[in-house]
Amino acid sequence: MPVKIVARRVNEQLVTLGEIALLFWETSRSFFRKRLSFGDLIYQLYMIGLKSQSVVLITGAFTGMVLAAQTYLQFHKVRMDTATMAVVSVSMLSQLGPVLTGLMVAGRVGASIAAELGTMKVTEQIDALRTLATHPVDYLVLPRFIASIIALPVLTAEAIAIGIGAGYLVTTVLMKVDAAYTMENLLKYTVPNHLYQGLSKGLFFGAMISLIASYKGMHCGEGAEGVGRATTEAVVWASISILISNFFLTLLLGRVFAP
Amino acid sequence: MIEVKDLRKRFGSQQVLDGISFRIDPGDSVVIIGRSGCGKSVLLKHLIALMKPDSGRVIIDDEDITNLDERQLLQVRQKFGMLFQSAALFDSLNVAENISFVLRREGKLSQKEIDERVEDVLEMVELPGTQRKKPSELSGGMRKRVGLARAIIYKPEIVLYDEPTTGLDPVVSDSIDQLIIRVRERLKITTVVVTHDTRSMRRVGQRILMMVNGKIYAAGPPAEIFASPDPVIHRFVNGISDPKELTF
Repeated sequence: MPVKIVARRVNEQLVTLGEIALLFWETSRSFFRKRLSFGDLIYQLYMIGLKSQSVVLITGAFTGMVLAAQTYLQFHKVRMDTATMAVVSVSMLSQLGPVLTGLMVAGRVGASIAAELGTMKVTEQIDALRTLATHPVDYLVLPRFIASIIALPVLTAEAIAIGIGAGYLVTTVLMKVDAAYTMENLLKYTVPNHLYQGLSKGLFFGAMISLIASYKGMHCGEGAEGVGRATTEAVVWASISILISNFFLTLLLGRVFAP
Repeated sequence: MIEVKDLRKRFGSQQVLDGISFRIDPGDSVVIIGRSGCGKSVLLKHLIALMKPDSGRVIIDDEDITNLDERQLLQVRQKFGMLFQSAALFDSLNVAENISFVLRREGKLSQKEIDERVEDVLEMVELPGTQRKKPSELSGGMRKRVGLARAIIYKPEIVLYDEPTTGLDPVVSDSIDQLIIRVRERLKITTVVVTHDTRSMRRVGQRILMMVNGKIYAAGPPAEIFASPDPVIHRFVNGISDPKELTF
């Protein structure tokens, strides 16, 4: 019996993955059929990009600061103080910047998209859209998808920049490490490929967050309970997908952007 | 013309539609009645392909829409307007934006022309000057009127009404019924109304289809249905419960 339950659960998850892939396909078709409304895109850029500024900047700054402090405390023991920012920079660019930005946006934007679309579904607003000869993907998913894949790389870049800046201040001002040697090592070990990797991940995470959240919202169950469950699932699925895909993206992008 | 042939739909173990067949000619005003949960709204949603049947066909103007995909259906749905039970207005848009939604998406008219169309249709539903209000500021009856205005602004050939008077007081219900008749006569459209409001069905319907257990149980003009000696029909139209169903 437990085997049957596990098999059914696995089957359900695979079906969901397949349906999210189909949603991506439908969204791509919608884009190439030029169904994107410029006004809707601007509004979503504001909601997804501009309104995520504070959360992403605070996350980036404090991550850079704590990483710099912890790295300094370890490196100081072996007299490698001036290499602190090289570690912070590479970590922020290729891993922490995109992943933490993705996770924060998954929490804020993913929940918002799933709740909004879920509420529209249970109040028949999505059916109303269809009766008004409007494809829900054209009106609801496409602007959020495009806004996410534009906003996430920008937010990632901001988190990286402020994280490295804050880490540099902690290292040079608080820990009193020589600023010139710190900068020298930072520039020596940081290469553009790290930035390309981070921004590519941001783009990919943006696509994943918007698709998963839109799917969960549009397929939510009945009533307030259904909307609540869809919102939770959207955040959990998006966060786990970011963490899992980050590993494979690191391997893949490491080869793609290899020097 | 709407033609439904042997339509069947099952949810889990419940057979909601069980071999429904009927035809509605252009300009007809048909009321679908039946007790709560008998499948009226499900049937209405099949007419506009918001749901897919397990078997059977829905034919609109000689085109079988049963197996069309969502994008092909967008063309067919341009012939329809639909008023939902909850009105289903878009919360984030004001009244004018809700009503002009389709016109703005099409982009064929100027803003001035759209504003004029919105004004005309708001006058038709007796809500002039409410363009800037949000759906949350409207009463139940006003929401239904705005929903109707949104459904008719692009002059559809067929308008579907899902429980248009449910939850409204008798006076507002009467005004909605009058509105349905006025819209039908002014725009010369086919009207399909799902309701269990007996006063409404008598006023609005030229023909009544009564559903029982997922089947069409009776069909005919209102006078014939209301005068029927059949105990099931008699109890329904007169609002009398079946003593066998009473359990305390």
